[in-house]
Amino acid sequence: MNALQRSGSDSMAQSPRSPSSQAPYITVSVTDPAKMGNGVQAYISYKVITKTNFPEYQGPEKIVIRRYSDFVWLRDRLFEKYKGIFIPPLPEKSTVEKFRFSAEFIEMRRQALDVFVNRIASHHELQQSEDLRTFLLADEQTMERSRSQETGIFKKKPTDLMQIFKDVQSKVSDVVLGKEKPVEESNPEYEKQKNYIFQLEDHLAEAQKHAYRLVKRHRELGQSLSDFGKAVKLLGSCEGNSLGKAFSELGAKSEMLSIKLQREAHHLLMNFEEPLKDYVRAVQSIKATIAERANAFRHHCELGETIKFKEIDLNKLRLTRSEKLAEAEREYEQLKADGEESKRKFETIVKLMNEEIARFQEQKTIDMGVAFHEFAKGQALLAKSIAEAWRSLLPKLEACSSS
Amino acid sequence: MMGYENQGYEEAHLFASKEEMASLVLNEDPSPPLNGSQSFPYDPLSSSPPFVEIPTDDTDRLHSPSPNQVLPNHGSINSILEPPSYADAIFQSFDSDYVDSAEVNSQDQSLSALPSLSSLSSDYIKICISDPQREQEQSGSLVPGGSSYFTYLITTFTNFPEFNGTEFNVRRRFRDVVTLSDRISESYRGLFIPIRPDKSVVESQVMQQNEFVEQRRMALEKYLGRLAAHPVLRRSEELRVFLTVSGKMPLARTTDVASRMLDGAVRLPKQLLGGESAVGGAAEVSEVAQPAKGGRDLLRIFRELRQSVVNDWGATKPPFIEEDKEFLEKKEKLQDFEQQISNVSQQAESLVKNQHDMGETMGQLGLAFVKLTKFETEEAIYDSQRACAADMKNVATAAVKASRLYRELNAQTVKHLDKLHEYLGVMLAVNNAFSDRTSALLTVQTLLSELSSLNSRIEKLEAASSKIFGGDRSRIRKIEELRETVRVTEEAKNCAVREYERIKENNKNELERLDKERHDDFLSMLKGFVVNQAGYAEKIANTWETVAEETIGYAK
Repeated sequence: MNALQRSGSDSMAQSPRSPSSQAPYITVSVTDPAKMGNGVQAYISYKVITKTNFPEYQGPEKIVIRRYSDFVWLRDRLFEKYKGIFIPPLPEKSTVEKFRFSAEFIEMRRQALDVFVNRIASHHELQQSEDLRTFLLADEQTMERSRSQETGIFKKKPTDLMQIFKDVQSKVSDVVLGKEKPVEESNPEYEKQKNYIFQLEDHLAEAQKHAYRLVKRHRELGQSLSDFGKAVKLLGSCEGNSLGKAFSELGAKSEMLSIKLQREAHHLLMNFEEPLKDYVRAVQSIKATIAERANAFRHHCELGETIKFKEIDLNKLRLTRSEKLAEAEREYEQLKADGEESKRKFETIVKLMNEEIARFQEQKTIDMGVAFHEFAKGQALLAKSIAEAWRSLLPKLEACSSS
Repeated sequence: MMGYENQGYEEAHLFASKEEMASLVLNEDPSPPLNGSQSFPYDPLSSSPPFVEIPTDDTDRLHSPSPNQVLPNHGSINSILEPPSYADAIFQSFDSDYVDSAEVNSQDQSLSALPSLSSLSSDYIKICISDPQREQEQSGSLVPGGSSYFTYLITTFTNFPEFNGTEFNVRRRFRDVVTLSDRISESYRGLFIPIRPDKSVVESQVMQQNEFVEQRRMALEKYLGRLAAHPVLRRSEELRVFLTVSGKMPLARTTDVASRMLDGAVRLPKQLLGGESAVGGAAEVSEVAQPAKGGRDLLRIFRELRQSVVNDWGATKPPFIEEDKEFLEKKEKLQDFEQQISNVSQQAESLVKNQHDMGETMGQLGLAFVKLTKFETEEAIYDSQRACAADMKNVATAAVKASRLYRELNAQTVKHLDKLHEYLGVMLAVNNAFSDRTSALLTVQTLLSELSSLNSRIEKLEAASSKIFGGDRSRIRKIEELRETVRVTEEAKNCAVREYERIKENNKNELERLDKERHDDFLSMLKGFVVNQAGYAEKIANTWETVAEETIGYAK
């Protein structure tokens, strides 16, 4: 995934084998899926190999063993800490039990996980994250401990829980009171961007759907050619003479092409369909960031409301020279600080998002370009070998007619 | 017949939803850049034209000088894609190089080419069927109320001298074709007689649909074409009369079941009580030349049935058997062949379906990318988006083109592999011809058994009668009668043997013809199939290579 490394960061060098005096680099590979455990508890573990000259990593190469839930942990932590940045997407959990350990599923997942980690490692901010270091360096027990701290039905911290309840509360009261609270930004450019993202997801999803079907078609056509070839061979053996031989050769070619089709189906899946699916997920991740921004905005607005009410209260207290004034003033100051904080958070998100969108588009162009190239190349090669195979039969057929 | 035969011919439009594809179809280009070629009005929404001579030089077509033809009602989608030139979508069918040009002589089965002047010198006959008309059944039919049926105009062009003319037009209905088929089957036992189209069980209901009528018209045309291609049947009196005598159908229908049953019921008691020899008088001797028909020849059927049981289960071999080893070998081989052909034909259908699906999905993928391209172009804020949109456009164009090519390929594949289906029909005809032989043989065997039993009865009677001094009048009379019966039976047997030999000869000639034609037909089928696949694959490869070139910058 060199293309990803080249994009989105200006601190990338080319070769991971260059000496540490060179520009800083970090590349990760996720390899060697292995089935661990038995029965319901069984899972797949992956080898994660990090090659880097970052000083914090203390060494050019590190190898750890990770499983899918470790990747999930990393994604969740990054999502919490780096609001505004588009966190790279993860492949989905397998819904169908049967395919959880199928070779194809494992390979698809491995590739997606590899892309995931490398995207993080090549992001100028995310690559500095401590959680990433933990993920890439910690031994398995430490990893498991960190992971289990996050588990539980309510992954959210208590304050977030309160926030959720408050949100629901205010929403309900708004509805009851018939208040129309403007909780969304009225930023036409941003609206356009949001629309773009939502529509992009639909378009990409449709393209991916057809790409997946195309993979299936290749497999089906391959199977069909194989069956056809076998039948033609049988016909050839019953026919005898030179025509019979021609039939047999045709059957053999047909079977050979069937294998090529199956191979192309796999190539298409891994190099065209999966990248498309990856971008569908990436867009969904952007939607999550959009939601975060909306939260931050709403939070900021609500604080603003709260501050206003507090001001009114404060003035009342001032007029009545109440002894509660001092405490109220302290609370007011606190609220104002919170308000500043929430404003800062929101503005950070906005700024980051703008950078991220540009980065996303650039990366998308490159990644899609690669996928298109692979697609076109694969189809061209397949078609060429099909043409060659059939053409090679012609001299034999010519020979038949003269006999 | 393969279901996709029609689809290939009649639907050359893309498989994504019609509305979407209608807006995508770029066929309003009034002046396609087809230099020095025969143009062909290409409407992708109608049947695909199979043979068009167009220079196959692709490279300059895509970058034609008018890239953004915005069509009046198709808006901006068309401005996204440059119209693919027709040279890319339709081109010379790979057939015409390799298949012998449609000869309109005795070997011809294709009815699409008009007879050329050069072929007027050799024998030819060409039959066209057209103009279905509905007509009312005359009153007096058994079915109450008016029922209707269709008649077809049958036009024949020929230079056969016995026709006394070169062009004929008659109107016939399907029932007449059935009659023709039945008469030919009776007269030409042992030949590989083409199978006529099926009657439809629910005739009156289905008759309402234009589709059914058109299907039947095509089937009839094919059937008569096959008759016309058969070296013996094309000169038959039955066919000539059918094609030339206007007005009411001149061939008598074989006697209908009712009267046959009646007739048989009347004759049977006489036969059983011995009042009549099994085979009847001299006039009926030649009837052994016909297969035993239900109704009239009940007794004969019983006897032949008994004989076949004796053949199968009796301790001794029947007096007269199929000895032609070569024939038996060939028969076995053909049975094997029939099975294999059936198998291959099935797989071929499946192959065609999968090719079709591939093309369809490719088209849908292309369409999805067209939409994506349009979307990204319209919403572009960053340059990277525009670059992405440009890449997508190339992919979309290629996918749509490839989809069209798959569809073309499939239409041609159907045509070639259709030969397999035809041979399934031929095998039916072959089996019929072999049945003719078997039943003729059975008739001979039955008569021989008759003779032998008659002769042994005579012997016994003579032996008994000789013991009586002066002879036994009644016995002697009986012996005389039996001798007469033997004489007639002997004649019948000779007739049956002649018929059997005739059928054997027919079988032999037909087998030779089949071998030769099969060899030629399959060879041309294979060639056509292979050339087609190769040619279209090359076109598809070129399409994708262009895109691979355009995106080579992204290669790792």
